[in-house]
Amino acid sequence: MDPSLQTPIVEMRGICKAFANVRANVGIDFDVRPGEVHTLLGENGAGKSTLMNILNGLYIPDSGTIRVKGENRRFSSPRDAIAAGIGMVHQHFMLVPVLTVWENMIMGLPGLEAILPKKTVVERIRDLSTRYGLGVEPETPVWQLSVGEQQRVEILKMLYRRAELLVLDEPTSVLTPQEVRHLFDTIRQMTSEGHGVVFISHKLDEVMEISDRITILRKGEVVETLPGRKATREELAEKMVGRKVVFAVDKTVLNAGETVLEADGLCALNDRGLPAVRNLSLSIREGEILGMAGIAGNGQRELCEALSGLRPIQFGRVRLMGVDMTGAHPMKFIQAGVGYIPADRKGTGLVGAMNLRENFTLKNFWKKPYSRGIFLSWENVAGETGRIVERFGVSTPGLGVPVRNLSGGNQQRLMLGRELSGTPRLIVAMQPTWGLDVGATEFVREQLLLQRERGAAVLLVSEDLEEVMALSDRLAVIHKGEIMGVVDDPRGVTEEALGLMMAGTPMSVAMREACGR
Amino acid sequence: MSVPFRVERRLDCPAWLNWAIPVGAVATALLAGAVLLFFLGVSPLAAYTAMFRGALGDAWGLSETIVKAIPLTLAGLAVGLSFTMVVWNIGAEGQIVMGALAAVAVVRYAFVDSLPVMFVLMFLSAALAGGLWAGFAGFLKARWNVNEIITTLMMNYIAILLTEYFIYGPWRDPSSLGFPMTAPFPDAARLPLFGGTRVHVGLVLAILLALLFRVLYRWTRWGFELRVIGNNANAARYAGMDYMKNVLLAMFVSGAVAGIAGMTEVAGLQGRIQPGFSSGYGYTAIIVAWLARLNPLGTILVSFLLGALLVGGDTLQVVMRLPLASVQVLQGLILFCVLGGEFFRNYRIVPIGKGE
Amino acid sequence: MEILIPILSAAIRSGTPILYATLGEILTEKAGVLNLGLEGLMLLGAFSGFSVTMATGNPWLGLAAAVIAGMAVSAIHAFLCVSMGANQVVSGLAITMFGTGLSALLGKAYVGETIQGIGVMPIPLLGKIPILGPVLFNHDPLVYVSYVLVGFLCWFIASTRWGLTLRAVGENPRAVDSAGLNVSRLRYAYTMVGGGLAALGGAYLSVVYTQMWVEMMTAGRGWIAVALVIFGIWNPLRAAFGSYLFGGVGALQLRIQAAGTTIPAPLLLMLPYVLTIVVLVAISIKKGKGILLGAPAALGQSFHREERD
Repeated sequence: MDPSLQTPIVEMRGICKAFANVRANVGIDFDVRPGEVHTLLGENGAGKSTLMNILNGLYIPDSGTIRVKGENRRFSSPRDAIAAGIGMVHQHFMLVPVLTVWENMIMGLPGLEAILPKKTVVERIRDLSTRYGLGVEPETPVWQLSVGEQQRVEILKMLYRRAELLVLDEPTSVLTPQEVRHLFDTIRQMTSEGHGVVFISHKLDEVMEISDRITILRKGEVVETLPGRKATREELAEKMVGRKVVFAVDKTVLNAGETVLEADGLCALNDRGLPAVRNLSLSIREGEILGMAGIAGNGQRELCEALSGLRPIQFGRVRLMGVDMTGAHPMKFIQAGVGYIPADRKGTGLVGAMNLRENFTLKNFWKKPYSRGIFLSWENVAGETGRIVERFGVSTPGLGVPVRNLSGGNQQRLMLGRELSGTPRLIVAMQPTWGLDVGATEFVREQLLLQRERGAAVLLVSEDLEEVMALSDRLAVIHKGEIMGVVDDPRGVTEEALGLMMAGTPMSVAMREACGR
Repeated sequence: MSVPFRVERRLDCPAWLNWAIPVGAVATALLAGAVLLFFLGVSPLAAYTAMFRGALGDAWGLSETIVKAIPLTLAGLAVGLSFTMVVWNIGAEGQIVMGALAAVAVVRYAFVDSLPVMFVLMFLSAALAGGLWAGFAGFLKARWNVNEIITTLMMNYIAILLTEYFIYGPWRDPSSLGFPMTAPFPDAARLPLFGGTRVHVGLVLAILLALLFRVLYRWTRWGFELRVIGNNANAARYAGMDYMKNVLLAMFVSGAVAGIAGMTEVAGLQGRIQPGFSSGYGYTAIIVAWLARLNPLGTILVSFLLGALLVGGDTLQVVMRLPLASVQVLQGLILFCVLGGEFFRNYRIVPIGKGE
Repeated sequence: MEILIPILSAAIRSGTPILYATLGEILTEKAGVLNLGLEGLMLLGAFSGFSVTMATGNPWLGLAAAVIAGMAVSAIHAFLCVSMGANQVVSGLAITMFGTGLSALLGKAYVGETIQGIGVMPIPLLGKIPILGPVLFNHDPLVYVSYVLVGFLCWFIASTRWGLTLRAVGENPRAVDSAGLNVSRLRYAYTMVGGGLAALGGAYLSVVYTQMWVEMMTAGRGWIAVALVIFGIWNPLRAAFGSYLFGGVGALQLRIQAAGTTIPAPLLLMLPYVLTIVVLVAISIKKGKGILLGAPAALGQSFHREERD
């Protein structure tokens, strides 16, 4: 039966929602038919998550109606939404790590028996696993699962509750290319059984592949809803951002100098005391960008921290400009000219409650002229902070504003400005464009390239394959704390080969296999 | 569930709120206290008037208020320092006592008949004693992440029992006729007083230290480090700041300042140690610090206010035969209201109009 | 061996008030709320239990009154921390101050009075078992209730649906919220139950153990209970072991004093407090950073559904 003739599973009309002074959703119409994958496309802050949280029962719309299978509904809590057959898999998983898969599966389930019916639940999980191809061992504690497996648990949770509509919020950001294939297979299986799927993403290639329809949101409003198969990248990007988007990156010829960073057989543990970086060696020269591709959780953070002195090194050596820095205090690394841009900008790189001046001082309180003996010179701090704000385009009402009031893009600009204005020799950038809108992303990439031209050595760790392939002079792939291989010319390698390496295949094998197709 | 208003997060806190909230909190607490008094069959009006008159009604009352404000300021600064780093030093009470004991020990075993010398000796030993007492808990936290709330608290009990041991045992004053207490301090160990009041030179110390702390937080590197660590320990690590070293140092300084409070109490005010020497100043200091939002200059002001409350409590005991514990109830109520009031610093209530 | 029996038996009785408070705090903390007001709650419970027993002549009414008082006052803590997002450490301290002050204020008139509390009720068959009998089964009913409570809570937390929710809400309240459950209501409930149990522990002291009222009669037991929650790694059975250990130290110290010793009383009285520190250090060293694997991940943190990411 032609899907367009069926009653939509869910129909949202005229949805409006405002927070404080921001209008997150303005008059949005959105519907999903049975058996369809309808993508919500938009930049960060466009209103996608808000809309879905309304559908999910977490927020109450200021105005507008929601109809489920033709009937008007009001959701005052997620329970109502789940009861109506709507299940959401959030970007940040809603799982309890210390509990097992089966316990997470039934937590909060309405009508659950008083004494937990472990056997029945485990059986049902195995059934659903087989049916939808979502393999997972029900008695494992969730903290032991990989991110991809945890996502499977989240999807199973919704299927367990007989959800007819599944909302997937940025599901592929944590998956290898192979796992993305697998997920798409699962989605196709679900639609063939009559489920509807809402796919939220900003990754154009995936969106074009999987969607039946695409709705583009910009600044809280619907720009257009169009059929998925016929859209082009340029068209989608332009509608998403509101102007023409340039995809190419302007990189000058490589002019590498001396070796700045040398890591030799590094071994480091993660927070739980398990090996995270295993016998890892790499080197980066002046004026060169070494990209590092890999799925989140394969030791990238631990490696970046070890290279900035923030994590103890169990074995191996780290040398900066020839000087052995192994075991040195983080302050020594900072003073030696290492700028570290952490992935967690709000939690680690900045102090949200403090203002711009104080956040500048965070990495500069030991340096003259900002410090004078035991005292700080706020005058000099203010001067330099003002210069950074101007040069890096930080949009802020003033220097005395708490940094948490700034948007993500402006926070990143500030942090970038702080790390780069000190003319560092080595820049360790982890996920520098994550969660940023297109404008800020372009800016950050530009800055990194400028630093490269200036002669800094850059380690760019990113899960965005496109970004890391475009910016890097050399590209390494990390898997379970080891380097699978370093590609000397990223233009000569396919995403597929990289994907295999990210999943643990050594470079030689991966290149062969990928070419063989 | 539909309510006629919704709760909204604030982006910033308007300046007038910084005053309105503490004042409102104290007012609400007094109101709640009035209700309680009423149910106990005591006229709230009579009680509050008596308290006001006793504490602020005449010069003697005022001077007594200042006398109480001195240890409160010092301990409040001490507690505020550790709280700035989100290290919960609940042990000010014990650190005060240890400081006093150290001063007594100096007088007993190292007496020199010169006030300046005694002052310096007592000051240093009290600071060291209090500093080590707190530093021990700080070490346990820094090294093994042992919960400092419990350790500092346990050390309060131990300190008080230690005092009892000395008062009833080796340091008992033989001429005190059955009442256990230490021998009175000789003149050279007594801090000079102002006029005919009991206000002693500790006042100068308190104000000086408050000013010092203000400079510390605002303009020094260490003050900045403390504030960053208290705000976001991860960012502090990332910035190269040493958490362990700072926990130890902050706890030591915190204990040292509290120890100094103990020294001024014994050398300036009481001249000897009796049972019940530390009348809960260490705990009241927590309220002082919280009410003053860890601001050193605010601490002076709030100490004065809470000192007035304590003197008022004494008056109540004498005039209306209410136990001293009643003041503790009022203190608890004030803290409740201050905690509740902080909510309005971060959120505001917005009525949902019909037109929306 | 024979000399041990009265000491062990005394350990059980002496440890029971601490056990009630510890069990209550385990529930509260597993739900993610830190309640440091146990000392104040125990004192309020002790006073309420005593005064109501004196007024009505019925110790069971006294105990019930204590539980109600505990629940009411811990509701203040819940309101401040759960609904208003206040700092949980300071709020707990405020409860301690308030409870200590209020009990002293109201209890002034009762100092020196005694009541007829609850007596010993030996269990017929079990009481005859050699060694275990007199140690475990020769006590008042509240001790037996505490045994049952320990077992019940172990089972409740591990095997029931409410136990599952409890474990989840202290670890990841967002997950519980997105499942449609009311995090606030859960935290209110467990805070109040915890407070009620703490008050019951305090009432045990005044109504059963000493049958008198003395100002500050808990002497820091509320704080020891907080420490025992950590020592027991949030597990009711281990908490029982810890409580009886402290009960034993308390009983031992009384006996040493009574036996006439040259050790000055204040130094002996220090034992429980020193032991608390030792015990806390030992468990912290042993588990290292891993001790955090035992603590509920969201303990002490306020939960608000984020309006915007």
